[in-house]
Amino acid sequence: MGSYSTNEFRSGLKVMLDGEPCSIIDNEFVKPGKGQAFNRVKLRNLNTGRVLERTFKSGESLEGADVVDRSMEYLYTDGEFWYFMEPETYEQHQADKKAVGDSAQWLKEQDACEVTLYNGAPLSVTPPNFVELEITETDPGLKGDTAQGGSKPATLSTGAVVKVPLFIDQGEVIRVDTRTGEYVGRVKS
Amino acid sequence: MLARIRAFFAERQLIEVETPLLCSATVTDPHLESWRVEGVGFLQTSPEYAMKRLLAAGSGSIYQISKAFRKDEAGKRHNREFTLLEWYRTGFDHWQLMEDVADLLEKLLGQKQVMHLSYRQAFENSVGFNPHQVSLDRLRDCARQCCRVDFDSDDRDLWLNLLLSHRIEPELGRSAPTFLYDYPASQAALAQINIDEHGEAVAERFELYIDGMEIANGYRELTDPEEQLARFDADLLYRQQQGLTPVPIDRHLLAALKSGLPDCAGVALGIDRLLMKQLGVERIDEVLSFSQERV
Repeated sequence: MGSYSTNEFRSGLKVMLDGEPCSIIDNEFVKPGKGQAFNRVKLRNLNTGRVLERTFKSGESLEGADVVDRSMEYLYTDGEFWYFMEPETYEQHQADKKAVGDSAQWLKEQDACEVTLYNGAPLSVTPPNFVELEITETDPGLKGDTAQGGSKPATLSTGAVVKVPLFIDQGEVIRVDTRTGEYVGRVKS
Repeated sequence: MLARIRAFFAERQLIEVETPLLCSATVTDPHLESWRVEGVGFLQTSPEYAMKRLLAAGSGSIYQISKAFRKDEAGKRHNREFTLLEWYRTGFDHWQLMEDVADLLEKLLGQKQVMHLSYRQAFENSVGFNPHQVSLDRLRDCARQCCRVDFDSDDRDLWLNLLLSHRIEPELGRSAPTFLYDYPASQAALAQINIDEHGEAVAERFELYIDGMEIANGYRELTDPEEQLARFDADLLYRQQQGLTPVPIDRHLLAALKSGLPDCAGVALGIDRLLMKQLGVERIDEVLSFSQERV
């Protein structure tokens, strides 16, 4: 990995800070008229998800981090690990609970997910923005209530619970936005 | 805006001038990097040196609207190529020049009221110490509390600049455009140094801030060629110590100072930023025809 100077810091660049892989969120160049210029940098620690702020003298540099994002197919979970496969090489990766985190509730077998690898091992998993999942449990649907507002909780096949309109029934497949956890629509079968 | 600026100076009988953007020498300031043009020289970071040569040749008060280029400066408020309005008033000190700037602001932004704040007062208000007297240790501790850094230094100006840019600047010029004046003598750049009412050596330099953004930088200009050469040499030594690119000294400027630069005050004002204020936008990209990514 090479190193990057402050003027190469871009949003999304992966660098090492205090021995941890971080992703740059924002890089602001500040200069007090005359004199030393600084870069105020916001970074996300990719291990903890925490956002840090650090100021550098312009021209300082950081080591790049061996972090890559790969599109992979989700295979299955054995309860301890979640298994993903690279579609081209069929290479499999196992991600632990820490790496999968809240994404676990949106993982459906054969869906394409983005897996972030750090030194070759899964660091985090991002589900597709939209997933289609079957409702395994909800109160019976209310016919003719399509216009009224109102919602009820529904449990999906992955265990996630989302709010759905009252007319939705158990057994139906719905589309969910994984970024907000909100119901988007009914999927016609 | 450009038409109104020209009208403003026409009323005051300043002559508009044009000076070369590509010169054989450039600024020695270790915190400014010029673009080098192979075999020719440097793109200018401001028209200051050339305009001072005109002043020494007897031009009288002059102004210029020109492009300026600064390497490695890019961000929300910085573009590598930008537009400067620079003007010099012979026989003025920096206080009279601040009035000039205030008049221009009134004309362009309709902004009547301005404020003046000394560098010392700004620090006392914000961090509670006198920036000229504070010990290096206290200064460094305070700067480190204000923001997380990994570097260390014995350079007072570095820590002062860190506090100024991170803590003080964002609050400057919020209620009215604010002139910050009487900078530490170590930050004089090309300004004269004088003794203030507290017996402190200060630079006769000012900066204008509007809503936390620096808009202009002015000096009562240094006219002494010996002192100018000493400052050039100090800059070059610092550059060498820091491993920065060496640059040639502008001998033409020194010759002009030797022949006699009249007493004058000069200021450079960022037109793009003024336009940002006039239009109420936050990013310099929004006032450029094509941003850096698209040129």
